[in-house]
Amino acid sequence: MAETKTVDNAHAHGSQEGVNYLNETSGLWSWLTTVDHKRIGVMYIYTIIAFFVVGGLFALALRLELLTAEKLFMTADVYNQVMTFHGSIMVFMVIVPGVPAMLGNFMMPIMIGAKDVAFPKLNLASWYCLIIGAVIAVASLFFGGVDTGWTFYTPYSAQSATAVAMVVFGAFVMGFSSILTGLNFIVTIHKLRCKGMTMMRMPLFVWSIYATAILQVIATPVLGITLLLLVAERIFGVGVFDPALGGDPVLFQHFFWFYSHPAVYIMIVPAFGIVSEIISTFSQKTIFGYKAIAFSSMAITFLSFLVWGHHMFVSGQSPVAGTIFTVLTMLVGVPTAIKLFNWVATLYKGQITLSTPMLYALSFLCLFTIGGLTGLFLGAFAVDVHLHDTYFVVAHFHYVMLGGAIVAMFGGLFYWMPKISGKMYDELLGKVSAVLVFIGFNVTFLPQFVMGSLGMPRRYATYDGIYSGYHVLSTIGSWVLALGFGVAIYALIKAAIKGEKAPEDPFKGTTLEWTIPSPPIHTNFETSPKVSGRPYEYR
Amino acid sequence: MSGHHVVPFKTNLITFLTLVVLTVVTVYTAKYVDLGEFNLALAMAIAGVKATVVGLWFMHLKYDTWMNRAIMLSAIVFVALLFVISAVDMFTRA
Amino acid sequence: MSTGKVDRRVEPSHHFDSMIQEHDAGKQGVWLFMATELMMFGALFAGYFIYRTKYFDAWVEGGSLLDWRLGAFNTIVLLLSSFTMAQAVTDSMQGHNKKAFRNVIITTACAFIFMIVKYFEYSGKIHHGLFPGLGMWNPEAVEVAQTKLFMTFYFVMTGLHGIHILVGIGLMVWLMKRLKNDEFSKEYYTSVEGVGLYWHIVDIIWIFLFPLMYLI
Repeated sequence: MAETKTVDNAHAHGSQEGVNYLNETSGLWSWLTTVDHKRIGVMYIYTIIAFFVVGGLFALALRLELLTAEKLFMTADVYNQVMTFHGSIMVFMVIVPGVPAMLGNFMMPIMIGAKDVAFPKLNLASWYCLIIGAVIAVASLFFGGVDTGWTFYTPYSAQSATAVAMVVFGAFVMGFSSILTGLNFIVTIHKLRCKGMTMMRMPLFVWSIYATAILQVIATPVLGITLLLLVAERIFGVGVFDPALGGDPVLFQHFFWFYSHPAVYIMIVPAFGIVSEIISTFSQKTIFGYKAIAFSSMAITFLSFLVWGHHMFVSGQSPVAGTIFTVLTMLVGVPTAIKLFNWVATLYKGQITLSTPMLYALSFLCLFTIGGLTGLFLGAFAVDVHLHDTYFVVAHFHYVMLGGAIVAMFGGLFYWMPKISGKMYDELLGKVSAVLVFIGFNVTFLPQFVMGSLGMPRRYATYDGIYSGYHVLSTIGSWVLALGFGVAIYALIKAAIKGEKAPEDPFKGTTLEWTIPSPPIHTNFETSPKVSGRPYEYR
Repeated sequence: MSGHHVVPFKTNLITFLTLVVLTVVTVYTAKYVDLGEFNLALAMAIAGVKATVVGLWFMHLKYDTWMNRAIMLSAIVFVALLFVISAVDMFTRA
Repeated sequence: MSTGKVDRRVEPSHHFDSMIQEHDAGKQGVWLFMATELMMFGALFAGYFIYRTKYFDAWVEGGSLLDWRLGAFNTIVLLLSSFTMAQAVTDSMQGHNKKAFRNVIITTACAFIFMIVKYFEYSGKIHHGLFPGLGMWNPEAVEVAQTKLFMTFYFVMTGLHGIHILVGIGLMVWLMKRLKNDEFSKEYYTSVEGVGLYWHIVDIIWIFLFPLMYLI
């Protein structure tokens, strides 16, 4: 469970000039067996960006097919498969592990003044769980693929002729990665804070990682057992969700959304943390309402467990339950709005620098607000009956997950790139990417709100010609969006290879990670730091 | 290590015997006392007591920190939420 | 983790300040993992209760198909194993590795007895056409059709519990090896305590499974 003493001694000379976590040992093997949270974080960055590219290519293929109302190059079956893989890869392999596993792993221990996470070996095991699960899930492509959509709803998922069991089992293994990461982070935050680092002095990114970790630990096991029941259903034919026998397919949805609604907060809450850091730093201003932001994260954590039924308004759920879920869903808007107001108040009269991370953070504010507000439409029982299963849902989900979580994730990658790699990124390339992403995103998804409210149903390969204009616009937008992310990834890679050397604190941040060299040494700190005040003390 | 409570053999033994007695009570009430629907409630209540006994003495929650107790309690609370809310749906369908 | 000869831990790992801090962190990690176990089984219990309310007759018939004496016997066996496990933790906290070793052996023996009884129960059910899948189910064997759902819950829940017992046996073997090496001391017994917590959770789940499956 814990690192052995020999490893410790080997790194006792880590404080030599020019030696850092990146170059102290070399070779692929030293990376694959590392227990250093920073190296594991970097491995997550590479793998998750790779998954993101794959999932993105699937998305581009979908949008290309939708360029014309009739079949262009995919049959309906192929379309269903591509759609399922796009959704499963983006959800289970990119956004859920995304921010906590790559940036949380790297930054959280440093931000609380710790030398590592509480269980370094478990941390490495989480990475392998993600890889193994991903390999199983993607390998299913060679065994018939899967065409159920990322939600694996029964009874279809129990009957589909494709390799559902394999993908579901892959998702189950990836669930372990998520659970173990969450468990590790909770213990780290409870037990490894440095002297003076009280809970109320933790940076807001750490608070958001903390809230996320609780969600991961509490919610993911329910997904695990649900997916196991589905596998049992497919392999043994036991009939838990089979209506022919009195089993209830809606029970599957209850269990699935008991995880998957909190899961969307697993995806978005860490993004909130990144945005808090970026906005405060690039406004050079103390964050407005530190406690409100921290506690609203915890409130969201709790409330997110009470609203899962708003995904099931038209699934045959009872009207009583529907009404209860509508009311509870409206409540989640409160802590979320508190955060948004606090960020805007932080910007007010700040010394704002429009660097790349800040542009991403401001994009986040716009896109997430649209995504959040349209979520309230969908959370209202009566309105949802009209909008359910249309492109309105697709647009809402992408505004929150892509415009919210992924955009903030890229903002975070640019923000911490100098610390992680020790190199500066190209500011011009970064800004171009941020602007392209913002324009491309809106061109892609704004039309989808319109056509959704007009009645264009989701998950179809062909459509009525009256929606052509919106679809063409959306597809053109997807190309701009892809170009934007392409430039962003190119800028990050270019920085890692031949960026200028980064100083300790290029953005004048005030949290602990900016007090140590870039890149950090193996033990993060020469001597354990002491904290004597709140973060974000600018003036 | 100082600060960690060592539970003596005698306490462990008493805990074990209590659990055995409660098991006998469970079987007896379920098999030979007919309370109708309340048999389930009674059996669950006894099981709850048994689980609490295991938690407090065998798992040392009686001597543990509030944080570890809170972790256990929160799991129970969220399971209850899952159960209650899905039951509300299942039993109010037209 | 163990590196051959006697390798008693006296200093914490590099990222901890003290052995106590490392111990408490390890223990809290185990507790969190126990919480995930409860969530996982909790979902199954929720499904069990919902279906039981819907198909009460099937549940009555299903319960009558199981032999409560075997269930009660296994309950006592597991309680005994929990007792010896708790005692093993007490011993290792005082640095008595040999005593702890003996108690872990008894615990493991109980686990094997439990699994042997389960094996006979399972094979009996499968023999009577009561395994709800793989084409083995015999609809003639029951009066209420939904009894198949009960048997599904029976096999999934006790099966998952059985897997936990098997994992527990693996952990016990690992502990025995380390106890034999005399690796634990008053300063370092985290692994024994962690396995103990795991074993008690497995016991607690059975405490609920026994009346729900065999008695009610």
